[in-house]
Amino acid sequence: MSPGMSSGSPIIRFEGVTKRYGKVVAVDDVNLEVREGEFFALLGPSGCGKTTLLRMLAGFEVPSEGRILIDGQDVTQVGPNKRPVNMVFQNYAVFPHMSVADNVGYGLKVDGVPSGERTMRVEEALALVKLDGLGSRRPDQLSGGQRQRVALARALVKRPRVLLLDEPLSALDAKLREAMRTELCQLQAQVGITFVMVTHDQDEALALADRCAVMNRGLLQQVASPSDLYEFPASRFVADFIGSVNMLEGALVVDEPDHAEVAVAGIDLPVFLDHGVTGAAGTTLWLALRPEKIELHKWAEAPPALGDAPQGRNAVAGTITHVAYLGSESLYEVTLPDGQKLKALRSNLTRWDQEDFALGEQVWLAWHACSPAVLLS
Amino acid sequence: MLQRPSQAPGVFAAVGLPPVVWLFALFLAPLAVIWTYSFGENRTLVDIAITGSWGNYARALKPLYLAILLKSMGFAALTTVLCFVLGLPVALAITFASRRAKLLLLVAIMLPFWTNLLIRTYALMAILRTEGLINAGLGALWGIVPGLPPFEPLPLINNNFAVVVGLVYVHLPFMVLPLYAALDRLDRSLIEASLDLGAGHLATLWRVVVPLALPGIVSGIIITFIPALGAYLTPDLLGGTNSQMIANVIERQFRSANDWPFGAALSFLLMYLTFAALMVQAIISRRSAEREGAR
Repeated sequence: MSPGMSSGSPIIRFEGVTKRYGKVVAVDDVNLEVREGEFFALLGPSGCGKTTLLRMLAGFEVPSEGRILIDGQDVTQVGPNKRPVNMVFQNYAVFPHMSVADNVGYGLKVDGVPSGERTMRVEEALALVKLDGLGSRRPDQLSGGQRQRVALARALVKRPRVLLLDEPLSALDAKLREAMRTELCQLQAQVGITFVMVTHDQDEALALADRCAVMNRGLLQQVASPSDLYEFPASRFVADFIGSVNMLEGALVVDEPDHAEVAVAGIDLPVFLDHGVTGAAGTTLWLALRPEKIELHKWAEAPPALGDAPQGRNAVAGTITHVAYLGSESLYEVTLPDGQKLKALRSNLTRWDQEDFALGEQVWLAWHACSPAVLLS
Repeated sequence: MLQRPSQAPGVFAAVGLPPVVWLFALFLAPLAVIWTYSFGENRTLVDIAITGSWGNYARALKPLYLAILLKSMGFAALTTVLCFVLGLPVALAITFASRRAKLLLLVAIMLPFWTNLLIRTYALMAILRTEGLINAGLGALWGIVPGLPPFEPLPLINNNFAVVVGLVYVHLPFMVLPLYAALDRLDRSLIEASLDLGAGHLATLWRVVVPLALPGIVSGIIITFIPALGAYLTPDLLGGTNSQMIANVIERQFRSANDWPFGAALSFLLMYLTFAALMVQAIISRRSAEREGAR
């Protein structure tokens, strides 16, 4: 990731931005800051408002309420052709009637950049995206990946303050997507421009972004670094949307400054947490437990001891009802006596690990007192 | 689905034969007859001898008729230009209208087709004539201001102006519909990309929309120009003695002058011009198809 990402000053500010289409609220009172030089991702399921937010930033849509500031300047009513941002479209939108060089030079031409300087900058931009020497090609002679590079060069040649990317990798095949991820990161570090990307693909967002905003139904759910989103989700939606999760609904029974206990149906003794939870006794809350944070233990009379929780706590017995061998790891579905199913992920560290646990085997599931994320909504 | 005619020759023949017969019997055969007439001579009032002479064509190219042909082409070209200038904003408006408004606007564009051309032309006459709606309206406004000399009605009918107005009115839908079809197919993100890269709306229109809609623009120009060139009713009813178009001359040869061979030669002269125009269109649309071909 780019250096100094946390110290950047805000380059984009959304202030109470709302967008309505008739009665439908596409974006609902979004307040958000993007910092100078960071790779920022807008993440969410389709229809969550992320694309509308990006299009408002580009100037294609005007907010119903609120303001958008770029570099402290209110650009809410400024047209797309007068904003210091450029966009890479999802379908690339490469002009089919122009050569590659003319496509890349288009923005400079309409800005009145003299032809000598234009040629030079176009060549630089093509070299940046590794399309050197392809300037005279026509778009129909290019592959999908090459067309995306043209779209990137065309936007970057204008030296925008912010580069907007709409689902940049969704149209590429799996291998190319992997390679392009790395390249986008390197490109961003090289040009030092703030990138704002829209994606519905959580892997893409986690892998590329310095920070992500998760959206759902027009509302901003959480803005955090990828690891904070995963390990410290703010809501059940975020916990569920990012990665895979076991969601346990429970009631707060003990709440001390240094530990708490949560009664969960189907688990005999209350779940022990190594930190306090601010809430009244009996409050309903949810424990988000990632599959890789649940350990599988061979069956024994006594539950496994974990060290950071009292004996017998944070352990539950069950039967393996499904095994999915994923290569680097195996995913086990364990059914508890009350029918509840929990997922546990186990790394296949040796070449025989996957043979340790078999379908139908009775096992103990156990987790550390620090593993569940406590969610109040 | 059937891929090739050879897989079901019976079906293919059943579907294909009637239109072929229709085309031969009612279009190509009469056309061939007229074409042979154009190389003939009148012997008596009803008898035409096919002599193979080029005399009719030579006569058709005499300054008198050539002037009318050129004038007709001038009218048709002016009509086409005016239709394009008026039609492009209309087509753009329809393209970017909401779904509901789009439907209403398209119906409005096509509504004139539901009314007989003769009736529409008479309606236009009622508007343009000396005591017509425009002059009556202007006269009423004129009367409001005191101290002006008496109102002189504008000469809006029985002249070249009226013919061009009538031709534009009749042919505007022919221009708007292909323009709209081409613009509607245009990928919106290309327009957005142009704006995003700093181009204004006019620059976007000129550098992105027009080049990409070129096949539609050429279609619109051709299918406006061709019928306008052959227009008969509009110059006949709205034009003066001096605004005759080639179709009026042809009509006179077939009816009052009873000179079918000469009328046929004039008709085919018009036909060759039409073919030339269609050839230009074919060349342009093939070029743009090749450009987009591999996509």
